[in-house]
Amino acid sequence: MLHLEYFLILSALMLFIGIYGFLTRRSTLAVLISVELMLNASDINFAVFNRLLYPAGQEGYFFALFSIAISAAETAVAIAIMIAIYRNVRSIQLNHLDTLKW
Amino acid sequence: MFPLHLFIIIPLLMLLCLWLARGIKAVRGVMLAGSSALLITAISLVVVYLKARQAGAAAEMLFTTDFTWFAPLHINYTVGVDGISVAMLLLSSIIVFTGTFASWRLQPLTKEYFLWFTLLSLGVFGFFISIDLFMMFMFYEVALIPMYLLIGVWGTGRKEYSAMKLTLMLMGASAFLMCGIFGIFYGAGGQTFNILDLAHHTNGAHVIPVAQQYIWFPLTFVGFGVLGAMFPFHTWSPDGHASAPTAVSMLHAGVLMKLGGYGCFRIAMFLMPEAAKALGWIFLIVVAIGVVYGAFSACVQTDMKYINAYSSVSHCGLVLFAILMINRTAATGAILQMLSHGLLTALFFACIGMIYHRAHTRDVRELQGLIRIMPYICVCFVIAGLGNLGLPGFSGFVAEMTIFVGSFQQADTLHRVLTILATTSIVITAVFILRMVGKVMYGVCKNPDHLKLHDATWDEKIAITTLVVCIAGLGLAPLWMSDMINYSVTPIVDHINAAATQLTSLTSFLIP
Amino acid sequence: MDYSYTVLILLLPFLSFLVLGVFGKFMSHRTSGLIGTLTLTVVTLLCYYTAYTYFTAPRTAEGTYAVITAFNHQWLPFFIGGLSFDIGCMLDPISVMMLVVVGTVSLAVHVYSFGYMHGERGFQRFYAFLSLFTMSMLGLVVATNIFQMYLFWELVGVSSYLLIGFYYTKPAAIAASKKAFIVTRFADLGFLIGILIYGYYCGTFSFDFEGNADKIAAGAAMLPTALLLMFVGGAGKSAMFPLHIWLPDAMEGPTPVSALIHAATMVVAGVFQVARMYPLWIEYAPNTLHIVAYVGAFTAFYAAVVACAQTDIKRVLAFSTISQIAFMMVALGVCTEYVTGHSHPGSVGYMAAMFHLFTHAMFKACLFLCAGAIITIVHDNEMAAMGGMRKYMPITHITFLICCLSISGIPPFSGFFSKDEILAGCFAFSPVMGWIMTLIAAMTAFYMFRLYYGIFWGTENVKYHAEIQPHECPATMTVPLIFLAAVTCVAGFIPFGHFVSADGMSYDIHLNWSVAGTSIVIALASIGLATYMYKGSTQPVADKLAARFSTLNKWAYHRFYIDEVYQFVTHRIIFAHISKPVAWCDKHIVDGFLNGLASGSHRLSYLIRGFQSGEVQQYAYVFLIGALAIVLLLII
Repeated sequence: MLHLEYFLILSALMLFIGIYGFLTRRSTLAVLISVELMLNASDINFAVFNRLLYPAGQEGYFFALFSIAISAAETAVAIAIMIAIYRNVRSIQLNHLDTLKW
Repeated sequence: MFPLHLFIIIPLLMLLCLWLARGIKAVRGVMLAGSSALLITAISLVVVYLKARQAGAAAEMLFTTDFTWFAPLHINYTVGVDGISVAMLLLSSIIVFTGTFASWRLQPLTKEYFLWFTLLSLGVFGFFISIDLFMMFMFYEVALIPMYLLIGVWGTGRKEYSAMKLTLMLMGASAFLMCGIFGIFYGAGGQTFNILDLAHHTNGAHVIPVAQQYIWFPLTFVGFGVLGAMFPFHTWSPDGHASAPTAVSMLHAGVLMKLGGYGCFRIAMFLMPEAAKALGWIFLIVVAIGVVYGAFSACVQTDMKYINAYSSVSHCGLVLFAILMINRTAATGAILQMLSHGLLTALFFACIGMIYHRAHTRDVRELQGLIRIMPYICVCFVIAGLGNLGLPGFSGFVAEMTIFVGSFQQADTLHRVLTILATTSIVITAVFILRMVGKVMYGVCKNPDHLKLHDATWDEKIAITTLVVCIAGLGLAPLWMSDMINYSVTPIVDHINAAATQLTSLTSFLIP
Repeated sequence: MDYSYTVLILLLPFLSFLVLGVFGKFMSHRTSGLIGTLTLTVVTLLCYYTAYTYFTAPRTAEGTYAVITAFNHQWLPFFIGGLSFDIGCMLDPISVMMLVVVGTVSLAVHVYSFGYMHGERGFQRFYAFLSLFTMSMLGLVVATNIFQMYLFWELVGVSSYLLIGFYYTKPAAIAASKKAFIVTRFADLGFLIGILIYGYYCGTFSFDFEGNADKIAAGAAMLPTALLLMFVGGAGKSAMFPLHIWLPDAMEGPTPVSALIHAATMVVAGVFQVARMYPLWIEYAPNTLHIVAYVGAFTAFYAAVVACAQTDIKRVLAFSTISQIAFMMVALGVCTEYVTGHSHPGSVGYMAAMFHLFTHAMFKACLFLCAGAIITIVHDNEMAAMGGMRKYMPITHITFLICCLSISGIPPFSGFFSKDEILAGCFAFSPVMGWIMTLIAAMTAFYMFRLYYGIFWGTENVKYHAEIQPHECPATMTVPLIFLAAVTCVAGFIPFGHFVSADGMSYDIHLNWSVAGTSIVIALASIGLATYMYKGSTQPVADKLAARFSTLNKWAYHRFYIDEVYQFVTHRIIFAHISKPVAWCDKHIVDGFLNGLASGSHRLSYLIRGFQSGEVQQYAYVFLIGALAIVLLLII
């Protein structure tokens, strides 16, 4: 029997790995991957809650799918931004991108 | 009935036309037409106003119009004029007119410059015609902001510093002012912003409690006083004027600084007479010190604009000094002094600006014998100098004598001592003016670069000649102006004098 | 008699000033000079006509000349205490007398300047300023009230400033003009405060003392102060010690200006002012009035001593002017009573002062014009460059001699009569004062003849004269000299007491022969001494005396270092210890406070700014912690 807890532990792990990666990685690409990890962690939760707790409903699946679609779009935009940044700054290392403070 | 809205509409139209204008000729055309229209409007206002008074119009403010603007806060668009504002409007339009000519050849960004210039004059005109406190404050702010850009972009020398200093100090002052204005509004019951209603406790306004006046009066007075270069809040003025382009110095010293004295009189003292009587002496001492202080300070300056700026501190101090005397003659003198100082200092700044524009220095130690090289400018400069030191025949004499005779009527020791202190400023003024004239104008020019300089161009001649004529006109025939001002000063002074409290000395204030 | 035409006396010179000032540069020298001179001729004729009609008009029932206010318009109202600033024209014996003096001397100077200023740059400007000055001076003397007097007082001050600084390329002229203006301005501060006190306590500015007698009596307590302060102004204009320092320097101006302004007219404004206020002085402040006498006596003595040691001829004349004006002041100051007549000599001084003012204006103007004539020929002010000039300039020589005799008090020249009246007044006041003034009169004779011999006799600077070829001046210059000298010869016989006297009654001048005799003898003795010392081509006695009293000579030459004291006070004390600290304070304390405010907030911002690193991940970290903290808060 698949317990709910296993999934939750997995998604919690993914989330914290994502957070850790987001906060520590210097490469923008890696940060993007970390963001994806966090999103996927929530997707898993949506799907699992729907499947195990409210089998009659479909909303969790929809939400997960919707989120996947959005994150795909977001990835596309993010990579485009990265390319744009790279063109300007010749780097996508986050510690080089501190012009936000000016 | 006179459409006072013209004073707002014409600058607005000028702004629109300037925005649409292409090319320097169009810009100049718009400015010429607009400033002449303003001058003509102001002159006809004077005529219509005097006629109305002759016909027996006895209201405090004439030509009033009132629209509700923002009902929940009782903010109205209310305009009206009395003798004081008519005089100030005339002064402003003269300065705007001459300022236009003084910056006729200004480069670069001529159009943008004139846009801000016109916006500044819009604020000034709006301020003088409004009798709604909030509206007045709004126009005051409108007049302040363009200064920053005008000095920061078109200025010279340490312009960023000066522009920043000027703007920050004046904004700080307007923060005081805003507190004061809202204090007055709520203190009087929060029913109206109309100055006349506030003063006469009509239309829902009631007396501002005296305890509150003690808080709002200093705030309002200092708020306006900073703009009137009140010691010790005057330091924006030398730096600001030194960095500003010619016409901006003219407009600023000639008109904008008058907003201060006008506001102190019309708002701070008129609306809070009890506090004005009780606390007036503190400001009187400060201001009297400022009068002498400014004059002494000017004695050792080397930059001509600094000399004139400190002289302005002294002369504008005299304005505040006179209104704090709270009697008709002194107050009339104060308004005359505003007019006279506006014209004289504008002429002075115009001449200094023209010299600087040619010689690229304003240092009195580097200039010599200019009167042979540019006689027209220099003769006007000498006239400005002599007018400034109170020579009969020019406006300064009229104003100063009215002030001194008025001040001398306050017979207690404090007022006497301060009056005598203030009169010494006329001697010190003579010292620094003659020093400057002697060094810059006379002698033999030894600098070969300066020998090649040319005299005033036609546009500059129009600017300075207009001012000279106005100064001499006011100085030779002061009667009508003095009468017009006095008629309107009287109700205000009587209102202040009618206030109950009579605290004029330190002890009576400390030991109630 | 309708005197309303007198408005022209003020208006014409003003118009001439405007025309010459504005359009002068488009005119030739000749045109502008003619405009100025012709206008002034008309004005002078009007003055004479006024004087004639005024003095020939019948007297009032009391035996005085009527005081006529030809016109009086409100110029600036003061709205308070019934005060107002009027401009008008008041004719009374002294103002009419002054009209004649100003008109005559001014006309002489206008004509003379044609020759003197010939070909000078700024000729038109010169005539414009002369017109301005004449207008101001005439306005001053006909003033109907003290404030009008102050207004024109300032205007004559500025005309003097402009004319002294006429040669504006000369540093000395610039400094002198500045000094003249500032010193007199400083004195005028006293005048102004005096006016303010007078206006406040007496409630009027008017010279109509009888009409306002009640008001004035009400302010009687403050009148001595007010009058004394006004006298400070008068002392400044009339170069009384210690405010005299500007007058010798004022000689940097063109010589006709010195003659007109700094000898004949403007400098006597102070005397005129005291005379104008005389009814108040004598009634309310008779004891204070004597201060005027003491100041005058000291000034007369001081100036006479200094004049003995000067070598610049204009300086000698300048100090002589100071001394003579001081004589007039003394004459006014020694008055003790309001009544005239032989049994009451206490007010003879008033008449004497006015008489001396009149005669002095003529002969001193003449002396200055002679000096100017010599200077144009010699191109130098120093006596060393002259000597023996009598051969080259006979007309100048004779006129100069006449005026010297007159100023020394030798009959029958005009100075004798007026000075004698002054001395009589002084003796009536106190014998000490009388003898002091007689002594000073003797000194006057001495230094004037020292000057005369120094120029026209004495050691001739032969080498220099061979170089410059001295000759007599053109007629435009000599005619005014002859005219003024002629006036000097006859003016003494004018029955002056009939026209001007303290109480307005007709008064016959009777020479007091004991006083007159003494003064003539002493004057002749001084002249003799001067002749003995200075006439010869070598001057052993004078040199020996100068060597014997070298310190005194040096101090007198340097005018007892009064100028240096002023210099010290203004530069070392006022500029260095008031102005500089004030400017420093402005820059470092007042401004420093504001800059400190600015830099304080800047520093504070700098501290806070560390939080804004710009690194996204740090923001996210803070965000995360914040979010967790909120969650924790919500849970707990």
